[in-house]
Amino acid sequence: MAALLEITSLRKSFGGVTATDDVNLKVEKGELHAIIGPNGAGKTTLISQLSGALRPDSGSIVFQGENITNRPAYSRARLGITRSFQITSLIMSMTVLDNVALAIQARDKHSFRFLKPARDIEYLREEGRELLAQFGLDGRADEPTVALSHGEHRQIEIAVALASKAELMLLDEPMAGLGPTESTTMIEFLKDLKGKRTILLIEHDMDAVFALADRISVLVYGHIIATGTPDEIRSNDDVRHAYLGEE
Amino acid sequence: MLQLTRTDWLTLVVMLALLILPPVFLWTGNEFYLLLATRLVILAIAAVSLNLVLGYGGLVSFGHAAYIGIGAYAVGIPVYHETYGGFEAVAGYGAGIHILLAVVISAIFALFTGAISLRTKGVYFIMITMAFGMMAYYFFLSIDEYGGDDGLVIDIRSEIPPLNLDNPLQLFMIAYVSLVIAMIVVKTIVNSRFGMVLQGAKGNNERMVTMGYNTYFYKLTAYVISGAMCGYAGALLGNFTTFVSPDMMGWSRSGELMFMVILGGATTAIGPVMGAAGFILLEEFLSSYTIFWHLPFGLILIAVVLFARGGLVGLIKGKGK
Ligand SMILES: Nc1ncnc2c1ncn2[C@@H]1O[C@H](COP(=O)(O)OP(=O)(O)O)[C@@H](O)[C@H]1O
Ligand SMILES: [Mg+2]
Repeated sequence: MAALLEITSLRKSFGGVTATDDVNLKVEKGELHAIIGPNGAGKTTLISQLSGALRPDSGSIVFQGENITNRPAYSRARLGITRSFQITSLIMSMTVLDNVALAIQARDKHSFRFLKPARDIEYLREEGRELLAQFGLDGRADEPTVALSHGEHRQIEIAVALASKAELMLLDEPMAGLGPTESTTMIEFLKDLKGKRTILLIEHDMDAVFALADRISVLVYGHIIATGTPDEIRSNDDVRHAYLGEE
Repeated sequence: MLQLTRTDWLTLVVMLALLILPPVFLWTGNEFYLLLATRLVILAIAAVSLNLVLGYGGLVSFGHAAYIGIGAYAVGIPVYHETYGGFEAVAGYGAGIHILLAVVISAIFALFTGAISLRTKGVYFIMITMAFGMMAYYFFLSIDEYGGDDGLVIDIRSEIPPLNLDNPLQLFMIAYVSLVIAMIVVKTIVNSRFGMVLQGAKGNNERMVTMGYNTYFYKLTAYVISGAMCGYAGALLGNFTTFVSPDMMGWSRSGELMFMVILGGATTAIGPVMGAAGFILLEEFLSSYTIFWHLPFGLILIAVVLFARGGLVGLIKGKGK
């Protein structure tokens, strides 16, 4: 069976910096595939090319058998790709529930509906509240998003990504900036989610990655130097040398 | 239970005052103030339309006066040809054809200019909408048959039996009802699913695109609706002034509309109305004192924009809901 996502010879450079250097990667349906690599390795750039925020210079991205390399971002979302951002990207002026409800509403064919007040549409509000309840945020649903803490923003970021019901979730450092307890909660949440969706996870926290991932790819200077199970990666000499550090 | 917020109360009070005071002025022999109120209400319709894109869409259009001009010429040109012959296709005195022309041509102009302008962002968007506004300005300026920069006198007001627009009170009432409808239309759109997408794109366009919204088309739709409504206001203004000239669509006119929205407070229904009222009353008051009224006028506007976040509405309702 073909992989859910197949990246071939992807390249992207910014001026002199090659952020994505001949990346080849297959992500199987249902797996949790982690990407690790030092800061500036090109992890976010890779995610952005998959989500459509950035166009690659060359190479191809095939999702569910369809070449999406030149599809705009909104259209990839409609095909079933969603992402979270390393730097929280929410609609701060709207309420928490509005953010999630908009993500649910995005599943409709279109939103050229002008008459009925959006906040009176039951299924959007109900499902939104249920999603927020999973993070214990239902009590804050009606507050302006800007009023919540960084940790809560990180959770809403995931709730918004979940709301799309996309098959492929691209999660860019969901634990970034979280305290130890918040991180533990997030890891538990991802463990729960694992198997229900296909997840491409970028994460710095090695313990989390080795505990969660089915497979891991190591990205260094824009190039994938190894892909394998956590055990394979742990014992890979190149990886130990280039990234994990000699112990 | 119907629960009124402070903004709702403010809206009610302002709209009631706007309904009651002008006829009282007329009956007490101060027709001048009825006329002033009519101009105010018509410009308020334009400001309310602009607020749909400026306040809720975050799209700073610096060319909205073009629609006022298009709307006024949509009255002036048919009347001109009905009186002096030529251009049979549009000639006529009927309000129906005038309004139809005003709205449809404005919508088409908004569609084309919006389609291009919305490909840009920020200051480029401001500049390009201004450029399109000036394009419309020079277009009408160049047509000698319609008076060029001298403008065109509208000899006969739109006919809309059994009403009569020559009656100042009737013209005021039509403008007032139009304003109420315009406010309801914008409010309904803004609260709808479409409106949520529009506001979401204002708050964080990248997030909305990542969710799967092609925000470009939502913004363009709002832009067209706004332009069409503003064109309607222009048709009313043409009937009010019985005169149309390219001056009505210059960039400074567009700037005034923007100021009304910001002065009153964007993202409320009543804000643009209060902005139009504040603008026109201040202009009237200051210009009666000194011919150098532009300077204090500008300073007051800047002060409100800088120090009263949320404009006049924010100033009056304070911290409460
Ligand atoms: N928009 C951009 N313009 C120029 N350089 C960029 C841009 N985005 C990323 N880079 C560069 O590309 C490299 C990879 O960045 P990034 O993908 O953010 O890495 P990571 O997420 O792995 O930390 C870095 O050297 C970074 O400076
Ligand atoms: Mg990154």
